[in-house]
Amino acid sequence: MNLSTTHTGSAAPAIPHWRNYPRFIGNALLDSVEGTWVFYIWMTFLTAIFLVGANAWAVQVRDGMHLTNMSDHVSWALYIANFTFLVGLAAGGVMMVIPAYLYHDEEMHDIVIVGELLAIAAIIMALMFVVCDLGRPDRFWHLIPGLGRFNFPVSMLTWDVIVLNGYLMINLHICGYLLYMRFLGQRPNPKWYVPFVFLSILWAISIHTVTAFLYCGLGSRPFWNTALLAPRFLTSAFVSGPAFIIIAIQVIRRAIGGTFGDGPIRTLVNIMRVTILINLLMVGSEVFVEFYTGGTHTSAAHYLYFGLHGQNALVPWIWSSVAMTVFAAILLLNPNVFGRPWRMNLACVLAFIGIWIEKGMGMVIPGFVPSVLHEVVEYSPSLLEWKIMAGIWALGLMLYTLAIKIAINVFRRSPLAAMADAKQAHTQPLAS
Amino acid sequence: MDPNADPQKSRGLSRRTALKGVGAMLGAAAFARAIAPLTEWTRDISAEEFVQKHYKELSPIDLEIILHRLEKDTKKQYGADVTIKDYKPQQGVKFGYALNLSICNGCRKCAEACHIENNHDRPSHQSYIRVFEMSKGSMNLEKGNAHYDHPVPQPDKFYMPVQCQQCEHPPCVDVCPVEATWKEPDGIVVVDYNWCIGCRYCEAACPYHARRFNWTKPQIPAVEINPNQSYLSNRIRPQGVMEKCHFCLHRTRNGRLPACLEACPTGARVFGNLLDPKSEVRQVLAHKRVFVLKEDLGLKPQFFYFFDV
Ligand code: SF4
Ligand code: SF4
Repeated sequence: MNLSTTHTGSAAPAIPHWRNYPRFIGNALLDSVEGTWVFYIWMTFLTAIFLVGANAWAVQVRDGMHLTNMSDHVSWALYIANFTFLVGLAAGGVMMVIPAYLYHDEEMHDIVIVGELLAIAAIIMALMFVVCDLGRPDRFWHLIPGLGRFNFPVSMLTWDVIVLNGYLMINLHICGYLLYMRFLGQRPNPKWYVPFVFLSILWAISIHTVTAFLYCGLGSRPFWNTALLAPRFLTSAFVSGPAFIIIAIQVIRRAIGGTFGDGPIRTLVNIMRVTILINLLMVGSEVFVEFYTGGTHTSAAHYLYFGLHGQNALVPWIWSSVAMTVFAAILLLNPNVFGRPWRMNLACVLAFIGIWIEKGMGMVIPGFVPSVLHEVVEYSPSLLEWKIMAGIWALGLMLYTLAIKIAINVFRRSPLAAMADAKQAHTQPLAS
Repeated sequence: MDPNADPQKSRGLSRRTALKGVGAMLGAAAFARAIAPLTEWTRDISAEEFVQKHYKELSPIDLEIILHRLEKDTKKQYGADVTIKDYKPQQGVKFGYALNLSICNGCRKCAEACHIENNHDRPSHQSYIRVFEMSKGSMNLEKGNAHYDHPVPQPDKFYMPVQCQQCEHPPCVDVCPVEATWKEPDGIVVVDYNWCIGCRYCEAACPYHARRFNWTKPQIPAVEINPNQSYLSNRIRPQGVMEKCHFCLHRTRNGRLPACLEACPTGARVFGNLLDPKSEVRQVLAHKRVFVLKEDLGLKPQFFYFFDV
């Protein structure tokens, strides 16, 4: 691939890109494991959790999935719940990109990478949850087009495989290219990333839409069989994504010093103010349809919100979710939210967890309860499932931490950094 | 023991590097230990099994070898001598099943026969058939009960067995990402147990709760194993794959009747060739009050319910 650039900040490299790029990756990886004690403790902690999860998964593969609390009635559960949520998070990560490029928001440009890297980490986690949900991970190759038998375009799952991997590739390319150019001290050539950025925006919408179609295309499950599912998925993704990034920006700021990101945080909060309300509106509208109509088709909603025949395992989940989202919305809508960061952060955490419950225990499970033959078989996750889930999240956070560190290192060392520092000098008097 | 134990000599930076090296090594060792159960599991999977192709891509010789291997595996793992064959669909045959709700008495003999015929897991009492006890005066499955435990028939009840309806437009087949499940020319929807990846999408898609997942390796004492087996039907399924009712194709493609029908003491079950106008099942369709479950979904089940009176 020819990555020729128009501006060259420093001398153009004599080494061809195909040799230099791997070197850049290698350097970046080596650099990224350099850090403070806090960093090492954080990484060790995550590694420990990851190992617990890896062990749980290995045991599950060996002894079978009866170690989970899934059954022929509730045949998808915690793993697929997390998968669904993470696809949303990945789509939401790219939220940052839209204002940056559509409205030429300069300040947003600088931290677009925070969102893009989140998209990468979230997609990797989502794919891992799918693999953990397979009864036969050894037959994974049956899913590879060309090698196995890929039931495309009939099976929505094959669409999902394509869009998720495509999204991963696009975002890897964008992040890799931008950082590499920085590393070389060159200005990135818009030709090599702007089209991909727009593609990734469209693609972000597609991944969550296709994931919604997995569910809403099933006529057998009235709870999922609603056209509102895809729009709801997207809206909630545009709550959870920004919520995560707002927190991430502040953590990064703590870790490396500096004041970047106030403008973007403001933009993101403004986005969340709208999306969280639309999300609540959609929930309300669905609840109306379900409860006003009544009948057997709506028994899943009854089960979810109030329990059915005295069985009510999901009731505490969904009401906590509703309470968290409503409370987060109230906090966010308060004009004072920027003045009191803890309020904003609390709102983000609540919204994040609220959506996680809504997309998981509140969306996947009630699709199965009552079952298609109207039997009520309840589900709550087993210890093993929690372990595997924690393991994947730990690995995802590790990847995200390392990726962010790589980005920061590259930004700091690149010859362009001096320029950027000069630009920021008024906000950051002690820039080194 | 630490090879870099001499702090005098090593400068801060190199000590750090060494520590990182040790950390990485410890991490790798811990990881290897954590996933050790995987190696115990892969011991059971032969290389031939791993690279085995999809059923439809197997040549007759491939298939011959595989059937042989499966027989040997069964001997090794379950201690039973079995014959595994591959029966092909017959020309001009399309199977249909009809069930007389007026006389079914809820004895569950069909479910029991399925359990035995199809080498189901013993501890979970697995069967492809669930019998619902329904209140007279309602067809609402919500009021049905599959877990009744009292003498049957109860006077105010009727009984409705449900199994795979062998849909004409099976959603379970559409959703499978790897074509591990398909509809055969004689109408039977089958699963290649050696190709299924265990994603359970089909189980979510089936409106009749007809699919069963092998949450663990099936357990059956050697003496109880039905030795007349076939690749697409009742051979013992591996762990982690999907299975479902296959209209006993190892019997029905040989001119015999399904095990559930033979076991039924009331004669409520009628099985036959839908393409043959003189078959008993066609007579039922022509003369009785017939309905199919969840007709509104438009999947065209090949399993019919009817009433006598
Ligand atoms: S009843 Fe279920 S398993 Fe059987 S063919 Fe129809 S959808 Fe598939
Ligand atoms: S569980 Fe097996 S048969 Fe069912 S959809 Fe997945 S791969 Fe196909």
